[in-house]
This record gives sequence, C-alpha cells and structure tokens, in this order.
Amino acid sequence: MSDGLSRGKKPDEIGALVTELWKEHMQHPNPSDVMNKDIISHFVLRLVYCRTEDLRKWFLSMETTLFRHRFRLESLEVQRMLMSEFKLPFKALSNSEFEAVKEKLGQVARSINQPLPTVDSTIFKVPFEEVPELVAGRRVYMLKGDAYVAMNQVASLVVTQFRSHLSKALVLTNRKWTSMIQEQEKDRLTPIVEALSSSYLGPDYSQPKEYAEISIKDIDRVANSSFPLCMRHLFDKLREEHHLKHGGRMQLGLFLKGVGLKLDDALAFWRVEFSKKVGTEKFDKEYSYNIRHNYGKEGKRTDYTPYSCQRIITSTPGVGDHHGCPYRHFSEENLRAALSKMGVSSRTADDVMDKVRHRHYQLACTLTFEAIHSCSCDAGINHPNQYFTESQKILQQRSQAAE
Amino acid sequence: MTDKGNNGVDEMQVDVYTHEQRKKGSIPEGFNADYLKLYYAKLFPHVEIFKWMSYGNDGKHPARDTSYFGRREFSFTLDNDVYLRFQSFNSAAELENSIKEKCPFKIDIGPVYSVDPAKRHAYAQAGDNVFKPVERELVFDIDMSDYDDVRYCCSGADVCLSCWPLMTIAIKVIDFTLREDFGFNHILWVYSGRRGVHCWVCDGRARRLNNEQRAAIADYFRVYKGNENSHRKVSLAGPAMHPFISRSYADVLKLFFEEKLLCGQELLSTEERFQMILDMIPDESISGQLQERWKASWRPSMSKEDINIVRWGQLKHILQSGKQKAPVLRRCVEEIVFTYTYPRLDMEVTKHMNHLLKAPFCVHPKTGRVCVPIDPEHCEDFDPTSVPSLAELLEELNMAGSSNADSGWEGTSLAKSVSFFKSSFLQPLLKSCKVFLPPMPSELECQPIQLVSAGVDYL
Repeated sequence: MSDGLSRGKKPDEIGALVTELWKEHMQHPNPSDVMNKDIISHFVLRLVYCRTEDLRKWFLSMETTLFRHRFRLESLEVQRMLMSEFKLPFKALSNSEFEAVKEKLGQVARSINQPLPTVDSTIFKVPFEEVPELVAGRRVYMLKGDAYVAMNQVASLVVTQFRSHLSKALVLTNRKWTSMIQEQEKDRLTPIVEALSSSYLGPDYSQPKEYAEISIKDIDRVANSSFPLCMRHLFDKLREEHHLKHGGRMQLGLFLKGVGLKLDDALAFWRVEFSKKVGTEKFDKEYSYNIRHNYGKEGKRTDYTPYSCQRIITSTPGVGDHHGCPYRHFSEENLRAALSKMGVSSRTADDVMDKVRHRHYQLACTLTFEAIHSCSCDAGINHPNQYFTESQKILQQRSQAAE
Repeated sequence: MTDKGNNGVDEMQVDVYTHEQRKKGSIPEGFNADYLKLYYAKLFPHVEIFKWMSYGNDGKHPARDTSYFGRREFSFTLDNDVYLRFQSFNSAAELENSIKEKCPFKIDIGPVYSVDPAKRHAYAQAGDNVFKPVERELVFDIDMSDYDDVRYCCSGADVCLSCWPLMTIAIKVIDFTLREDFGFNHILWVYSGRRGVHCWVCDGRARRLNNEQRAAIADYFRVYKGNENSHRKVSLAGPAMHPFISRSYADVLKLFFEEKLLCGQELLSTEERFQMILDMIPDESISGQLQERWKASWRPSMSKEDINIVRWGQLKHILQSGKQKAPVLRRCVEEIVFTYTYPRLDMEVTKHMNHLLKAPFCVHPKTGRVCVPIDPEHCEDFDPTSVPSLAELLEELNMAGSSNADSGWEGTSLAKSVSFFKSSFLQPLLKSCKVFLPPMPSELECQPIQLVSAGVDYL
C-alpha cells in the first residue's frame, strides 16, 4: 500500500489493490479465522509501531488508509449501520433543511463530478473540524462552520474518528510498553518487535555510509554525475540564483547530509552561495541556524532524515519554490528540457513521459537512471539518496575496472 | 520648543532630529532605537494587547484561568539581531515593562502552550509532548512579493497604489469566506508594515484548531498551484465551480480585474504582457488568432477606449461565444482572472500552530510604518502609502505637548487605529468571552489544563 501511495495511485486503484492484497494474505475458509487474523495482526502492529513518533505516524497513515478503503468497499447500508454502531453524533438533514440548501449542494456535487443529491439522499451536517480532508478538497458545501457531507463521503467522517481513536491508543500502548512490558518481555516479544519495525521501512539514509562521503570540492562533479533530477534541479537553481526557499533548502540540505556532506562543509557550501545574494552576515544570522538544526545541533536536537521519494512526490511546491518531484511537478516541456540537460536522449524521454502520464513518477526516475548509467536498475528508485548511492557504486566499479 | 516628557527623555532633541530628517528629505532614517523607545513609552497600546491576549481570563469571573496569559509565547527581535524566543509574562505590567526595557525591533506572538514556556525544559524529560501548543489564533499572511509574476508596477519589497488592489481582493475574499463559510466572527486584519497583510481569527473555535484542520482551511482557500516550472497554475475544471469559488469570482475577482487591474497594470498593452495571458489558453488556434490580431494593431484604435479593455473584450468574445465546447476551454476566462487576482496565501504560516506572527502595532524597521489594523468593511479605502510612520507620530506627540500624559496616542494619527481596534474588534471579542458555557464533550478528553481554559470563553 505504501508503495501504491507513492506511485500516486488514485483512490479506486488503491481500493482494488486492497481487495487483491486482502485475498492474497487474509483468505481462510473459516470466516472467524479471518476475523481473528485481522484482529491479531492489527494489535501486533500496534505494538510494533507504537514506539517512536515516526513509526506511529507511518502506521497511523497506513492503517487509516486501509480502514478507509475497507469501509468504502462496504455497501451504504452497512456503512449506515456502522455509523450508528460507533455512536457517531452526526445528524442527517431534515427535508426542510435539505430544501434550503439543495441548490448549493447540487452545485458542489457537480463541481466534483458526483451525482446530484435528491430529497431521499442522506446528507449529514457536521462541524467542519470533523472532515478536514473534504474541506481541503472543497468537496463539501460550507455554511457557518458546518460541512454538508453526502453519504458517499461519510467515509471521511468515520475515518477521522478512527484515526483519532487509534492515535490515542498508540500513545497509551507506547506508555505501557516503555514503562512495563519492554522489560518484562525482553527475552520473548521485545527482540521480535524491534526487528519487525526496522526491517519494513527500509534504509532511511540517516547514517551515511563511508564510501559515499563527499567533500565540498567534489560537489559539482558528483551533482553532475549522480544526483537525481530533483536534487540536480535544486542544485542548479541554487548555483544560478544563489538562493532557495525553505522547502528547497530542506529537501536539498538533508539529501546532502545523507550523501555524506559534513556539517562544516555544508555550512561552507551554503554560505558561498547565499552570501552572493544576501551577504555573509545575513547568512550567518538567518540561515546557518537552520543548517545546524538539520544536523541535530540546535533546538530539540533531532537528527532529521533525508526525504524519501514518497514524501517529495506528495509535497506542494508553490510560488518561487523549486523542490518537489520534477516528474510530477514540472510541465512536460520543462521536464523534457531538464532531461535533455542531463543527457537523456529524446527516445528515452518519450518513455519517461509515458511513465509520467500514468503517474509512475518513480519509474520515470528509474528509467532516467538507467539511461544515464547505461545499465538496469532492478530495485527501482524510492529514495534520492538511494539513486546517489547506486550511481556512485556503478561509477566507482567502472573506474576500478578501468585501472 | 522645550518639553519635558514624563520619562525624562529630552524631547527637544527628538524635535531636532525630525527637522533635520525632513531637511535631508530621507524617509528610511525615520526608525531608530531612540524613536522606538519613545514609541513604546507613549504610543504602543500595551494594555489593549494584554486584554486581547487574555481573552477574558484577566477578569473576575469564577471560571477564569489565571495561568492563561502566562502560557502565551512572545518573541522579541532586538536591535543587534538577537532573537529572544519563549518570552512569557504573567501580567500586563510585566509585558509592558519588558517591552519598554528591551525595546524590541519586532515583537512576534506565538501560541498558548500547555505550560508556561519559561518552564518548558522541566517538561522535556517527560517526553510524549507534554510541552505543546494548545491554543493559537488561525492566522493568514499575504505577501505582495508572491504576486511578482502578475504585477508590473513594482516588484519585490515595493508596493504602490496600482498593485495594492491585490491585497484588497485578498481581504475581501478571505474575510467574507471566513465569516460565511466557516462561521468565524472575530477577525482582525493588520497591515504588515511594508508589502502585505496579516489576518488573525480569534474565535475560540479557531484558536482550538489543530494543525490538520488549519491545513484543511488553507487548502480550501488554495486555488493557485505551481510556480515557474509548471504551466497552468489555476485549473477550474469540472461542470460547475464550488459555490465559494463562483461567489468569489462574481462578487470580487471579476470586478477588480476588469475595473482596476486590467488597466492599472496594463495587462494586455505590450506583446510580452499579452503573450503571458495567451499562453494560458490551451488552444493554439485561438491564442494564435488573437496573437496575430494584437501584434498587428500597435496604434491605439479609433475609439477612445483603453487598449487593454478592447483586447480583453476580444478575448472574452472568442472564449465565451458558446462555440467553444472543449472542456479545457470552458473556464479559461475565469482561470486567467483567477491567476491575476485570486489571493495567494503562505500555506506554512496558516498550517502550524507554533508559527510566530508579528504583533499588530509594531513598527516595521525598513519602512518606519506602524502595523495598523485594516477595516475589512472599508478595505478598498486603505492606503499603504499614508499609514502613520514613527517619525510622523513622534512629531505629532511633540506638537501636542504635555496635555496628554497617559494615552499618548490620542490626538495623533494613531488614535483612529487604536480606537478601531478597541471598538470593532476587542470589545465584541471580550464580550463573547464573558459567556460561560460548559465545555463540549470532546474537550473533556483533553489534559486538565485545557479543560480549565476551554470553559472560560465561548464563541
């Protein structure tokens, strides 16, 4: 599912994926066994993923997505039943209330390609705080703080409740774990729990490997040979304009950290560029703090991890920003131009654009990688630092072979 | 003219500065630590800010939360660029004295935390986020430099009366929507001092929103997506527009575009400018047609009509003639208008509870202008170039003499702003805080501290 989300799959595609995965992993001739498997696996996961903020966030997001799709797959009748079973305090509109807002409800429905509500439709009037995603997408009529939610949108309502409930439960589980159970179970459950969570998420590039260490004099060379397009673009813009907005500084800065750039070199690098635009004094005053913060040397001293493709793809670059994923955020024209600057042939660019059109942004990046390095990349790119590491590996192998 | 001020500052000296400044004809110099000291001594409305930030908890009624004001974070930026975060105060006097003593070049207001920010380290060990924001106004920040690609009169830090309508539009659209769609009532708009506006939504319901809900509201307002790397930045696809979008267009955007910006910014007068608009039409035969026509007619037409208006009429005629059936063209005209007018928010400011925002009535160090409130009902009359400046106000103070000992701002140009702040914003807000109602069921699950303050004010 995590993979599907990062490939930008649409909701119904995810729904199909869920159905498929459910069949594959949860099927059992005995229905009560299916339910047991479901319940047990959920609680095991709660245990495994309660231990840090990052783990909780990831699990919450995945489990909520799963819940949303499972809820959606049920019929409206079942959904209605579930809502009353959960005792959710939401009232449906009366006929007269409906008449008063019918026209506006219709306008909203048409704006999101949904069927027009009729006098028989169930519409819930809920405080807008309960359905943030519907509000964010302008998928509901809003009046004086109330959102008018159609039956087919009710999943959002239930999901928000689900998520809030699960979030609180995870925090409680964590408390119990750290205060009692971790110690009690240190020979039994604890090693399993710890192994389970780290193996799943994959490398996060928070500890750069030795051979990938680079220094400030190497930067231009390795940027040219081994940076993925997203970082290349940021790097070029930085060299060109001697400035990047916050999103760009974070995305590129953390990437460089993951690639092995030491704090002192990083400070020197950013100072050289920024001082050309804002002067060294202002750099030292306003920007160096953030760089040290990224390396865990300030504030609450969190060592921030470089962003994965999924995070970069789902970011929202705005005016003046250059971060994000070019395969997603660039227009076709600009993307082709950027690819050609990297040395990608127009034939390959066509293949890349095809992947982009189907919203397979990471596959597009993988294709680019393969074209530039003239070799295949079976693993598929899901992290910019992975792109860099793989690239450096290949180049070093080649230069060693040549010697 | 020798006046002996109450705090012993030699006002004659200030007088001399002002006259000399005026002789030199330089405006940026109208800001320095001495002026600021006087400003904080005589003009800055300390008590009103305290009353606002207390939300009624400084009163007498039994359910008041006496810890509330002390849990609010302020931050000061001092003269030498020293930045003091997590400042907190337990009374109006403490706030006032600290400001007068430290003379900050900028005062920012942060959230109300679960505990006094000064004691945050004591709670760090407990882990699990015991020190965290529990209340914070819903805020918006609109900056003119985000519109640089659609204004030709100025760029960067400058603003003028030709581009200021963009801010007027932002205020109108956002203010109306916050009241009508979201049901908020206690909204303060403030001039940022140089090139933008800030909005503070102070209803209890707004203050208790979490980050996700704030992000949802910011996204509700977001229409303009993308930057120089993407092409079409506004996409209004779909058989209909959401009522909020269509209302904003019909009531505000269309009017301002056609009556102010089209001519004020001369959006279609040169090839470079009209090409930008033509590039937004996703049909090359149409844009090509217009391009040819406009390239050919350099001389103003026979009629006295402004060339921008003429060309806009031609563009609308082709796109809205009813002959265009392609869905991607359906709202092309609206999309162009949105691109040039629709408010551009800084999403990050709105999304995070712990984001610090400059306090009203600060003085902007680069312009010397006071961050005065803007009346949304009359925002089209607001003129950023005539906002009182520090130097002017001090001059006025001198003229007024010793007749005003305490309320220094009365009789100066600041009087209007402070009294607007009090009567239109503060009084109604404090009145709503007086009503005591039991907390909503969901609030009972909060930590104890939240319970107490949640009961005090109610919208």
